[in-house]
Amino acid sequence: MKIIKVGMADLAVVKSPGKLITLGLGSCVGIALYDKRTKIAGLAHIMLPNSKEIKNNSNKAKFADTAIEILLEKMESLGSNKWNIVAKLSGGAQMFSFNTKNDILKIGERNVLASKKKLNQLGIKIISEDTGGNYGRTIELDSSNGDLLVKTIGHGTKVI
Amino acid sequence: MGLDIDNLNSNMIDVLKELGNIGSGNAATALAKMINKKVDMSVPQVKILDYKDVSDVLGGPENVIVGIYFHFEGDAAGNILFALSQKSAKNLVNILFNRDNGKQLDEMDISALSEVGNILSASYINSLSTLTGLKLKISVPSISIDMAGAILSVPAIQFGVMGDKVLFIETEFQEGKNQVTGDLFLIPDIDSFNTILNKLGVV
Repeated sequence: MKIIKVGMADLAVVKSPGKLITLGLGSCVGIALYDKRTKIAGLAHIMLPNSKEIKNNSNKAKFADTAIEILLEKMESLGSNKWNIVAKLSGGAQMFSFNTKNDILKIGERNVLASKKKLNQLGIKIISEDTGGNYGRTIELDSSNGDLLVKTIGHGTKVI
Repeated sequence: MGLDIDNLNSNMIDVLKELGNIGSGNAATALAKMINKKVDMSVPQVKILDYKDVSDVLGGPENVIVGIYFHFEGDAAGNILFALSQKSAKNLVNILFNRDNGKQLDEMDISALSEVGNILSASYINSLSTLTGLKLKISVPSISIDMAGAILSVPAIQFGVMGDKVLFIETEFQEGKNQVTGDLFLIPDIDSFNTILNKLGVV
């Protein structure tokens, strides 16, 4: 079975059989898209909410808004239909907490909100999520059934 | 103006290394005094990495580490991360509390580790402040025991705002008998690089 690792600011798609995994998600968000009719899966590991707030935005996989668009395009080019695609979200933790005005530390929460906003705009339904908290996550998206396995250190393992 | 990480000249890298050297030299001395043992340190390295390689630092993305994170601000801003393996963390608190059992880290231990991190980072920052004449103020520590990838995502995101590379100055510490090894990362905000280099007459 094909196992594709998705790194930070990276994305990939696979048609069953195959798994997409991303290791050690912190404040970044893993956006998992799945089309159960064609068994096509896509996973993006985004770092920042919005490409429009940033000048240097050539890496489209880095931002929630642009990464979701590209992921969708890639899935469609493999034969997916947007109306069959559902989404699952994971990550978006706040690893460290400080009393500062610096909102970069709340980036996890902002990443989750931006991902939801973009998915809503595109009419993609979010069917489950495991986000927030102050701990890291490793996630595995199984293209045979769309299961998203979430593993943590000390906060259990679950399938969402 | 931010700094173009892709086009640092060797002079700038040498200066950053020297900053690391002085800062972590002071931190190592502080640590040695605290645990009353000899502490060696490596020559600091200036690492410029792509995101995809960031999580391979510190033993791979899923390797569980203890990370103690600080924010500093003032004339220049940035972060300091003191990272050590769980085993090193345990050994370090055992040395501090003068005991030799290998139990799980409890709240008291974590608080002690935060304090060690605090002293290390404060001595690092103070020496930078003395060297550059910049006023720098350091935050209270925040500690996390988790996957290296998740912990390193925090500084990576801060660099993500400016570009596609991450720059940090890394020094490795080693207590005499090798029971405790740790890494200290200085991660200045991108805008602060120029401020710091400027003060030292490099740019």
